[in-house]
Amino acid sequence: MLQAIGVGTVEQLFDEIPADLRCGELNAIPKAMSEMEIGRLMDTRARQDGAAVCFIGAGAYDHHIPAAVWQLATRGEFYTAYTPYQAEASQGTLQLLYEYQSMMTAVTAMDVSNASLYDGASALAEAVLMAVRANRKSRSRRVLVPRTVHPHYRRVVRNIVHNQGVELVELPFDSTGGHIDPETLAAFAGEDIAALVIPQPNFFGVLEEVGLLTDWAHANKALIIALVNPVALALLSPPGEWGEQGADICCGEGQPLGAPLSSGGPYFGFLCCRQTLVRQMPGRIIGGTLDLDGKPGYTLTLQAREQHIRRSKATSNICTNQGLMVTAATIHMALLGPEGLERVAAACYDNTAWLVESLIRLHGVESRFDRPVFHERVIQLPVAAKGVLRALAAHNLLAGLDLSRDYPELGDNCILTCATERRTREEMESLTTKLERVLSLQGGVPCQLQPKEW
Amino acid sequence: MSLIYQHSRPGRRAPGQAPLAKGDTTAIPERFRRRVRAALPELSEMQVVRHYTRLSQKNFSIDTHFYPLGSCTMKYNPRGANQLAMLPGFLARHPEAPETHSQGFMACMYELQEMLKEVTGMQAVSLSPAAGAQGEFAGVAMIRAYHESRGDEARREILVPDAAHGTNPASAVMCGYQVREIPTDANGDVDVTALKTVLGPRTAGIMLTNPSTLGVFDRRIREIANRVHEAGGLLYYDGANLNAILGKVRPGDMGFDVIHMNLHKTFSTPHGGGGPGAGPVGVSARLQPYLPVPMVDRDGDDYRWLSESDCPESIGRLSAFAGNAGVLLRAYVYARMLGREGIPRVAEYATLNANYLLERLQELGYEAAYPERRATHEFIITLRRQARELGVNTMDFAKRLLDYGFHAPTTYFPLLVPECLLIEPTETEDKETLDAFLEVMGKILEEAKTEPELLKGAPHALPVRRLDDVRAARELDLAWSPSRDG
Amino acid sequence: MSDLPSELKYTKEHEWVRDEGDGTVTIGISDHAQEQLGDLVFVELPEVGDSVEAGRECGVVESVKAASDIYCPVSGEVVGINETLADTPETANQDPFGDGWLLRVKLTDTSQLDGLMDADAYAELIAAEAH
Repeated sequence: MLQAIGVGTVEQLFDEIPADLRCGELNAIPKAMSEMEIGRLMDTRARQDGAAVCFIGAGAYDHHIPAAVWQLATRGEFYTAYTPYQAEASQGTLQLLYEYQSMMTAVTAMDVSNASLYDGASALAEAVLMAVRANRKSRSRRVLVPRTVHPHYRRVVRNIVHNQGVELVELPFDSTGGHIDPETLAAFAGEDIAALVIPQPNFFGVLEEVGLLTDWAHANKALIIALVNPVALALLSPPGEWGEQGADICCGEGQPLGAPLSSGGPYFGFLCCRQTLVRQMPGRIIGGTLDLDGKPGYTLTLQAREQHIRRSKATSNICTNQGLMVTAATIHMALLGPEGLERVAAACYDNTAWLVESLIRLHGVESRFDRPVFHERVIQLPVAAKGVLRALAAHNLLAGLDLSRDYPELGDNCILTCATERRTREEMESLTTKLERVLSLQGGVPCQLQPKEW
Repeated sequence: MSLIYQHSRPGRRAPGQAPLAKGDTTAIPERFRRRVRAALPELSEMQVVRHYTRLSQKNFSIDTHFYPLGSCTMKYNPRGANQLAMLPGFLARHPEAPETHSQGFMACMYELQEMLKEVTGMQAVSLSPAAGAQGEFAGVAMIRAYHESRGDEARREILVPDAAHGTNPASAVMCGYQVREIPTDANGDVDVTALKTVLGPRTAGIMLTNPSTLGVFDRRIREIANRVHEAGGLLYYDGANLNAILGKVRPGDMGFDVIHMNLHKTFSTPHGGGGPGAGPVGVSARLQPYLPVPMVDRDGDDYRWLSESDCPESIGRLSAFAGNAGVLLRAYVYARMLGREGIPRVAEYATLNANYLLERLQELGYEAAYPERRATHEFIITLRRQARELGVNTMDFAKRLLDYGFHAPTTYFPLLVPECLLIEPTETEDKETLDAFLEVMGKILEEAKTEPELLKGAPHALPVRRLDDVRAARELDLAWSPSRDG
Repeated sequence: MSDLPSELKYTKEHEWVRDEGDGTVTIGISDHAQEQLGDLVFVELPEVGDSVEAGRECGVVESVKAASDIYCPVSGEVVGINETLADTPETANQDPFGDGWLLRVKLTDTSQLDGLMDADAYAELIAAEAH
């Protein structure tokens, strides 16, 4: 090969790089490992982390994933294909994405869906930017974001949109219900607002009065951005049917549809909207069409909105999306079907209700908010949550998320707890028993138990 | 092929895939409830498996085809990396699990940060951006945060070469900047004379890819870096082409202040039909305070998270949790398997393969866009002569290649070379594959002269023939609905 | 190259302007512009009643491979838009100087038209761009 090129050594191929820029050996990088050696290392590390029973939800949920999902998704033909720019050589991915779009519009009752964004938080940021672009009746760039939206999401939205002059206004929540009291919106009546975000369920698991909120926003010429859990939608009213006219944009975290917890990613963000807003939608979109012989096929469409064509005027800078996660989600939804998805949602609902009943029987343990929830609840402990969670973690029970950092107004004693369909009665009973022990040992004094040694 | 919906029958199920017990949901008040079930397909498990297995077979992929897609680095994705990233312990770890239950994962992340620092010559690395474009956003946001922290508010412009990826200008605009394009000179390098005229007190920074999207290494990078720095601007390195220089030359040594890497290119994590990727960012010392969170820090033998409270000047978090963790684990395994001795070989073989193809394609009669330059890991040929003389364009060549079982190279990018193919063979292809590709390229050139209709009507041997993009965009069909099939 | 109607004025952004003689003008894209863009799939126009400013974007014409801003050649108020383009954007391909018009604007100041090119000058511009 060198001969064909006309050089003597491989080094000569780098002769256009100025010699004084060249780097030496990369000493900080360890020496090569065989697959067996790295396998041993990773196995040890994975075992270190994976033993706990998880009652944490807070945006990532431990659902059962049918075996076929990842066996199919990791087939080389899906796993190692690129973005389907050459449509004729990518009909597998393209048709799958079209089926995904169809399923998402069915679940959300919206008109159209894109082919995914990075995650729920960045999908919300994109939805906010989209709403500001799309709302022609609004001259402002103000968007109302309830404090019941996931705290990380609120930060991500701010970090992504603040350089574009979008003003985010925080809506407080009702301290007994844990929801947005529709009355609080009265303060904004008649003001120019581009959009209102409605989480359903909200970060506390609580159900929001989506119908009233949607109708208020539309009466005030604001668009509605629904932020939803797709599994919850098997039981709950879909955004396309909220209020008189339905939500305008719908987004959320797709992880509950077939993505493992996996330390927070890769997951995928979904984004759906009304037909009339489709050209404001960021990300890839697949459309059905015909080939030269009139045979149906699928292709990327509306690409003129995207960065590779529209450059600085694109709807977003997004290019790579979360295709493989969407592959898994599509297969996951196909395997569950409408009834299976409903059974998953109902089992989560039922399990959480059972767990909460069990926990609040303990002395001093209470449910913090009084309104209906989906599969998460804020539980108030009689002592600071931090020490209790640590003590339970030492028993390999992750009892929930400490809310004191993000919601200081709830005090130090509140945790957010979730029991998906994967939690068994035994696990829930064990949590209750261990919590009782920890509380009695602590009696309000700091925890003496230390986490396990490594 | 029929849609999954067309196999659906009312009431059919894969009952073992969902909980057998029916949860009691009667306590949910009526006004919150869904009235009609979502129109998802109703199928048996075997139907689902067969449908998606068959669909997969309609794809080209690295595992099945040579995929020389320029600027995308379609190299072999080691199966071991996938298997180890999907160990049950890693899959089960909740992102909010306490540090006591995360040390194994965090050790991998910390070591990956350290390895990426070494490979790029940067001072610090944050792994959290979910893809290249989010890395770009993070990088430009850090540039903005830096200037603002100095009260230097007049810097409103980001300079971008005309050959840049579209994400560059789009990312700059998302950070609230104006974009100014800089021309490329006849040799494919940044036009330094033009650059000098636009640099000034409004310059926030410049975004460069080096080797550039034209497949050549910008030889005057030092001079460019000095001039941008003298003007008070910062340099952003788009890591899309890092594969070309891995272990040979480092962006930090070239003078860059901030870079992103595409782990789904350079570190061989799968492209997954469009994603997920991972776009870690690395910075020089002066940008370190602004890195996105979370990051992993080491304290003796313990690893701990760095979040907003540890990094008050950070541009903050860009995803709900820690980015695409599973992708990062795959990249970690890949980097450990290559090790310090394997990493420079990536660039060597990628460059060797590209130069070999370039040389042999020219022998066949193809025209190089920059014949005087060395290819890096990729190169451009232009079919303007064939388009003019034979009436067959680049797209026709690309589609005909599919008929012969080769994925097409990148077409019509970069925009400034007319009728171009951007070809990147990668280091994992053997000589026999490259020769087979060359043979087909020779054949297609012959067909273009003798039977141009074969190219214009291509592909002929794929599941569908050329698709009507205009129809797709005019008569939007973006979702199946139950009313469709009656 | 097709003949350029001599009664129209042209801009370097490949738009044409017809003086309707009643203080309003009709605006469209030139034949050259539609040819460069290829098959149009979507046309985005302002709403009637919007005010537009010379040199500012007032819409987008989109094909499969490109999207191009329409820069309003004049300042004034939008008094009409070509509704048929919503369903049949290809009209702007088929009859760019006629049925494929984009919008009508009531001028704030009729002297604005003086700065625009006539057909000969525009023909020269196209010829120059081709090289």
